[in-house]
Amino acid sequence: MTQRKASFTWRKITENALFFPFVALAFILLFDFIYVPGFFRLETRDGNLYGSLIDILRNGSTVSLLAIGMTLVIATGGVDLSVGAVMAIAASVAAVMMNPVIIGLELPPDLMKFINDPHFTYAPLWQVILVTLIVATLCGVWNGVLVAYARIQPMVATLILMIAGRGIAQLITNGVRIQIFYEPYAFIGQGWIFLPFSLYLVAFVFAIAWILTRKTAIGLFIESVGINFRSSFYSGIDEKKIKLLAYTFCGLCAGIAGLVASSNIKTSDANNIGLTLELDAILAVVIGGTLMTGGRFSLLASIVGAWVIQATTTSMYAIGVPAFALQAIKGLVVIFVILLYSEQVRDFLRRLTSQKEALSS
Amino acid sequence: MAESNNHLVTMKGINKAFPGVQALEAVDFSLQRGEIHALVGENGAGKSTLIKILTGVEWQDTGTITLENEDVFIRSPQHAQDLGISTVYQEVNLCPNLTVAENILIGREPRKFGRIDWKAMNSRARQILASLDIDIDVTQPLESYSVAIQQMAAIGRALEISSAKILILDEPTSSLDIHETEKLFQVMRKLKSDGLGIIFISHFINQVYEISDRITVLRNGKLVGAYETQTLPHMELIAKMIGRSLGDFADMTRIKLESSKHIKEDALLQARGLGRSGDIEPFDLDLHIGEVVGLAGLLGSGRTEIAALLFGIEKPDSGSITVNGEPVKNHSPLESIKRGVALCPEDRKAAGIVDDLTVRENIILALQANKGWLNYLDKQQQYELADKYIRLLNISTPSADQPVKNLSGGNQQKVILARWLVTNPQVLILDEPTRGIDVGAKAEIQKLVLELAEEGKSCVFISSELEEVLRTSHRIVVLRDREKVTEFSGEVDEHKIMHAMAGGGS
Repeated sequence: MTQRKASFTWRKITENALFFPFVALAFILLFDFIYVPGFFRLETRDGNLYGSLIDILRNGSTVSLLAIGMTLVIATGGVDLSVGAVMAIAASVAAVMMNPVIIGLELPPDLMKFINDPHFTYAPLWQVILVTLIVATLCGVWNGVLVAYARIQPMVATLILMIAGRGIAQLITNGVRIQIFYEPYAFIGQGWIFLPFSLYLVAFVFAIAWILTRKTAIGLFIESVGINFRSSFYSGIDEKKIKLLAYTFCGLCAGIAGLVASSNIKTSDANNIGLTLELDAILAVVIGGTLMTGGRFSLLASIVGAWVIQATTTSMYAIGVPAFALQAIKGLVVIFVILLYSEQVRDFLRRLTSQKEALSS
Repeated sequence: MAESNNHLVTMKGINKAFPGVQALEAVDFSLQRGEIHALVGENGAGKSTLIKILTGVEWQDTGTITLENEDVFIRSPQHAQDLGISTVYQEVNLCPNLTVAENILIGREPRKFGRIDWKAMNSRARQILASLDIDIDVTQPLESYSVAIQQMAAIGRALEISSAKILILDEPTSSLDIHETEKLFQVMRKLKSDGLGIIFISHFINQVYEISDRITVLRNGKLVGAYETQTLPHMELIAKMIGRSLGDFADMTRIKLESSKHIKEDALLQARGLGRSGDIEPFDLDLHIGEVVGLAGLLGSGRTEIAALLFGIEKPDSGSITVNGEPVKNHSPLESIKRGVALCPEDRKAAGIVDDLTVRENIILALQANKGWLNYLDKQQQYELADKYIRLLNISTPSADQPVKNLSGGNQQKVILARWLVTNPQVLILDEPTRGIDVGAKAEIQKLVLELAEEGKSCVFISSELEEVLRTSHRIVVLRDREKVTEFSGEVDEHKIMHAMAGGGS
């Protein structure tokens, strides 16, 4: 009798959305514990916290931001391939607004002398951020309209911006890489208030997304649309608006990620910012257990998924795996996690145990 | 010809538990050569689980299966097929966009020089269907044929897959009309005379009596018994299935008569010249307070199309709807819900339930859509509503947090009914609300419809079972070939309606 109860709670734990992502994370950290001395060491300098674990969180913040938006999109049964390109667009917009000289805009002579000054920006920071995020959000609206109203398959619809986006980003900067000198902007990606500033950004965006989906009915609607859009339509849910909202929010998240990434490297590099990050974001969501066909989702599990990816990368660098071999190692981690999710594999394990029981009884 | 040699399959002491439910408890079942064996029981009785075990979809916890005197453990559907057990499921599991021939022979296409021999394939498919007395162009896409033909193709496929010894038909007649059903029965009798054992699962009691040799009754996962069809009277069978006497049906006439007194003159919903080309010719329809209007007509006569227009699934290209005197402008489900119109759709799986969501979430879905995203019902209200309707409609589920996909068909139907009842609709359109569900639940739903009418709501009741339409409706609208033909009210003669459905004098 007690045994039955125990297995029931065990079942409850394993069925929690966070179980498998955390198992994967635990495995990687265990690996680090054994092979990387001092991996878990944390130290405070100038009242700020440093260490490998903090690095994982900080370097994982762009993918975390993308994963939040991507979770909602995937939950509706779609996908957004353009987030990496939207990051590049955002970075270009921000860079140009701070330093328009580089694309040939004439400034008044009294301003020209400040151009390399770390305290100079052409547009004030709040304007830079606001306009950048508006542009990124509009990118999301564009994707949403194509998917929800023009009824183009999500992969095709967002492929358009994925390809065109980097071109647009180049156009904005006139084809040059713009260095960013303005120090306050660098704080977004590099700043530290006890913890890295970008972590607070992730927490903030996560909180907004969580409140939006769990404290209003939007989460329920997203899941319902993702599972069965026809039943949802019959129940009076405006399935198009829900999809539009998801893509729009995903665009906004990509914009914020673009700010973080460009501030981190103090450059707007239209060719490289966010490159292949859309795939990492999708991967984070998948590791987090949201099905690519849509439906049930967990934002926190997706964030843990992003940490799994980043922890793998950091650990591999820490034990000296060369950068070129990294992708292959990542592949192994992915296979491990995805197999845990596979119904086939779970069924197989379940049947192994149930057959044993059937034979023994 | 010893008795024991005639046994095709014997299942003994089958137990199966799912989380929170004992689906089967020590169930025995046996099937003989050349026998049509009906498996009956209410929703959740365990019919599907028993079949799933026999077809290798699920594994029994304990119990033995003996196939032709040999003990077997059926590991997978593939294994079941290899053993000669073929199944045609309730929902046709074929590829609608492939041709009939491809569907029948998919995975086993005849080959010539390593490539598919299309000629041989088509002639083989034609041959298989001919053995079922079906003569159609097998090179056409499956979806261009009626559900009945699709069903036959599925049977053809099932027979082709293995040299089948056992054929399982799970609710094969639920979307067939009378003639199509008769056709299916001919095929079944032929297969039976060829020595096949057929397991026939159906909610249609009359059909069970028409076609079966023996009946096994399950209730709540337990075996009630196996009986010779000849010797078991109708009422006794029903009593065995639901475990109580069936006063409900007798009550119906009285309830209906009683409720008809409450019908008011005022029309809740008025449709004028409403139509959509290709779907339904323009028609007029008034729904009065306290009235149940039945739509009678054969499959494809336009019943579902009327429902879709009234609820705003499809936009009409002519005519207008007024609800409570106000004209409907936008023709969308949301506007209909706001005006107090509700629709339980015909296709429960595709347009009704959201299968991964819980019972609770499914129940509040339409209400929440009506309230808007900001006005999120808090968890406590959600549970109160869900629990209330689980009780009220007698939905059998371990809890309100059970994913609705784990419920049996009839209980899923009740969940959808609950979804609409919580929105407190004035006009309730029910399209095939009792399809594929058992007698007991059927009676409950029919009674519920009349009770709702008595409370001053207005219902549209659509069903392919004329008897049921007659029993529940105060007024009957007859449809034929996508056109409203006539209306009957008061005491109606069944034959008159059938006459109108079938097409007048000729």
